[in-house]
Amino acid sequence: MDSMEVIRQGYFQECEELLLAMEEGLIAMESGEADAETINAVFRAVHSIKGGGGAFGLSHLVKFAHGFETVLDHVRSGVLTPEADSIKILLRAGDVLADHVNAARSGRALAADHGDDTVADLAALAGGEAEEEEEGGDPFASSFTPLRLDLDDDTSTPGTPGMPGWRILFRPTGRLYAKANEPFLILRELESLGPCEVEADLSALPPLADFDTDRSYLGWTIRLMADVPRAAVEEVFEFVVDDCVLEIELLADPVADIELPLPAMAPQDAPEAPQTPEAPDKQAAPAEAPKQTIRVDLDKVDRLVNLVGELVITQAMLTQRVTESGLARTSLVSNGLAELEHLLRDLQEGVMAIRTQPVKSVFQRMPRLVRELSVQTEKQVHLVLEGEATEVDKTVIERLGEPLTHMIRNAVDHGLEATAARIAAGKPAEGTVKLSAEHRGGRIVIEVSDNGGGINRARVREKAVEKGLISAAAVLTDEETDNLIFKPGFSTASQVSNISGRGVGMDVVRRSIQDLGGRIVINSVPGQGSRFSLTLPLTLAVLDGMVVAVGGQTFVLPLTHIVESLKPREQDIRPFGRDRSLLKVRDAYVPLVKVGALLGVPGSQPDAAGGVVILVESEGSGRLALAVDQILGQRQVVIKSFEANYRNIDGIAAATILGDGRVALILDVDGIVSRCRADACHNEDIELAATGTGP
Amino acid sequence: MGKTILTVDDSRTMRNMLVMALTNAGHTVVQAEDGMHGVEMLAQNPGIDVIITDINMPRMDGYMFIDHVRRDPQARTTPILVLTTESEPAKKQRARDAGATGWIVKPFDAEKLVAAVRRIAP
Amino acid sequence: MSDTIDEMRLQFITFLTGEQEYGANIMTIREIRGWTETTPLPHSPDYVRGVINLRGVVLPVVDLKARLGRGLTAANPKHVIIVVNMGARTLGLLVDAVSDILTAKAAEIQPTPDLARDTQSDFVEGIVVLDQRMVTLLSMEKLAQSFAGAAEAA
Repeated sequence: MDSMEVIRQGYFQECEELLLAMEEGLIAMESGEADAETINAVFRAVHSIKGGGGAFGLSHLVKFAHGFETVLDHVRSGVLTPEADSIKILLRAGDVLADHVNAARSGRALAADHGDDTVADLAALAGGEAEEEEEGGDPFASSFTPLRLDLDDDTSTPGTPGMPGWRILFRPTGRLYAKANEPFLILRELESLGPCEVEADLSALPPLADFDTDRSYLGWTIRLMADVPRAAVEEVFEFVVDDCVLEIELLADPVADIELPLPAMAPQDAPEAPQTPEAPDKQAAPAEAPKQTIRVDLDKVDRLVNLVGELVITQAMLTQRVTESGLARTSLVSNGLAELEHLLRDLQEGVMAIRTQPVKSVFQRMPRLVRELSVQTEKQVHLVLEGEATEVDKTVIERLGEPLTHMIRNAVDHGLEATAARIAAGKPAEGTVKLSAEHRGGRIVIEVSDNGGGINRARVREKAVEKGLISAAAVLTDEETDNLIFKPGFSTASQVSNISGRGVGMDVVRRSIQDLGGRIVINSVPGQGSRFSLTLPLTLAVLDGMVVAVGGQTFVLPLTHIVESLKPREQDIRPFGRDRSLLKVRDAYVPLVKVGALLGVPGSQPDAAGGVVILVESEGSGRLALAVDQILGQRQVVIKSFEANYRNIDGIAAATILGDGRVALILDVDGIVSRCRADACHNEDIELAATGTGP
Repeated sequence: MGKTILTVDDSRTMRNMLVMALTNAGHTVVQAEDGMHGVEMLAQNPGIDVIITDINMPRMDGYMFIDHVRRDPQARTTPILVLTTESEPAKKQRARDAGATGWIVKPFDAEKLVAAVRRIAP
Repeated sequence: MSDTIDEMRLQFITFLTGEQEYGANIMTIREIRGWTETTPLPHSPDYVRGVINLRGVVLPVVDLKARLGRGLTAANPKHVIIVVNMGARTLGLLVDAVSDILTAKAAEIQPTPDLARDTQSDFVEGIVVLDQRMVTLLSMEKLAQSFAGAAEAA
């Protein structure tokens, strides 16, 4: 990628942030909580989006942003006091601007009339001004006074021999110096156009004693011997023309060039509306200074996380050595080490916190979604956001957007009843959807709840039977019934509506949450609504694992996949097929796999009954019994990928570093389960075997 | 003949564009995100040769920033370029009145930017 | 132009493995450390000795002797792991010992004689002869690539 493309990408990232800031500000305006600085911030966000868009030639975006900006400028200067209706237009304009940004980002064109109604509304708000264009506006209109010059001989041909060029009289005023302009640089710049004869006029120079450094005493007469356009000469004086006496005349032999129109410097298709005079109080001191932030390459943070992890391990080893050496616990060394351990724990927490961000960035996408859904479903929806400041790992945040979007869609589309039904049920016409986040016990809990009709269990059951997910005779608790909606194949075409059905069902939502190491729980009360609770780890870099021994080696199993661990009895293990076995767990038979044999670890327990079995479950693929030699304990481990340096290994998800500094491999339970079950034990076979040998 | 240039702009994209254009031309760039930050950076980096500043910024806008620089005995002679858009002649005039040395019209191309810097910096 | 390339001085770290001396461009070597027990990786070729913890990074270690088709190194703490960095990829090379730093002009590097073609010639960049010593220069890049490829095939 070239650097321009990197900046372009950066621009779109920044746009995302600016759009969020803009929406936040507009929402504050809507609720009447906006102060002058909020409105300024909204204006700046739109202005910055426009500015960057101009740099990348995004003319449609710039055009739209410009009209939007004009209205905002009226608002911040007090010309326009936004009423509820006009704020709605501004919110809609924000959405259209976001559409423009997304279209530009993905390189697809918006419909030609996209947002036209909004453009018209904005124009009306701006009092028609946004439509007025200043055709080819002179960029220097206010500061550049063209000098009149007698061009009586403008017919000469280019390249006339003799002395083409310009005679320039230049006498700076004191103000020129006060603005840090420097005549010497201007002369140098003139020389870059061609050879110059410079004559200084010292006649105004006072005696040294009277010299006032803030005044100007010098003047110059320059003969520029170059066949250059007048505009090129004027450009040299562009910045100082108001702060000097300047005369530019043709030398005796005229040059061919005639005054050229000044180059237009902005895209022609970006209409510019006249700026309204600014209210003098507009830059009143802002309410509060924003938090200072820096942007850091995630790799750098991860390196830091690694180093701190290493430090913690080294410290643990050191402590162990000291203990082994027999030093008293009260010795200065031991005390020092205890202190170090304490500090390191704080350091580790602090470093982990660098990777975290408030969930706000995801939450803030939802108001727009709900506004759109509300229109599409013709339901009145009030969205409540809570705990937006709750922080969680950046990677988790990035992967929360999709599932949350889907759940909010569901809540509005399926959760809330139609307005008439709500009124009939004696509920307020406006339904409420609440999205909240909080920290609870070292994890983050995100809830999506609605005050709708709750899950229609009879309907869910009927559908599940219809889809063959359960037998018609199955006896299910309410909870089990509710959980049917997570079954793959539950949400299918017949149930797809415009809104919720986009080819993804709740099974996909559950899968993505589980991929993040999280869990999802439904709580639904008929007539009162439903609540979906997601529980997620604060970071993906850490995993709760069960540490097991196989052969001489140590492996880690992710706790999220473990159903139970048990000591198998000899008689519960049945050979199956050529070289496979099944383990009877209560009334079910589960394929039994020896981890040692699977991974080719020498010296492991040859007999599963001599070791321990861990029953694992993989979403979608079912259960598997993994035989290991011994369980060593449970602990939180830091996940280390080795794929970058090596490659993906079947059955291994990643690695981690244990307390003794050694590397241990983390088993890929999903991979192992799906491979073993596909490989060896087709579901039918197992069911057959289970029927044949069952009680 | 590289200069040390302080860029003051709240838009990251604009800062990036400035950095790219200026560093390619052999200049060193010090960045600030608003006027207040610019004042801090100016105090921390005594060797600033040129300042390029935006107008619309949070905390301290471009006019106030320019005014501050022109009152600062250490920095008052530092040339300042203002980033304006074509539609803002009034703003440009105001920036000049506040003491800006010159201006650059957004969107700018790298050549014009570098030429403008050359025109104001020794 | 070619003159300047030929005059360019290159530095190599040389090391011994299986009684032969090899060299690797010093720019690719990040550090040298003593042998530590590795954690074996399942489903990997024998020359992949496993992974070690290099200050928090999980580093795969390749037995150079085995990789060149001359049998496994009986590793003990006197052996050395050379940490090679190739762009985004870092890997450890198990060798017997590090011997020298060698400076050679590009012009002094000779191509591999055709006679000597074998497993290792895939990774050889050239040969430098100094006094009585012959140093075989290995391309760390090719080694790293082959390592990923071979591992994939295994």
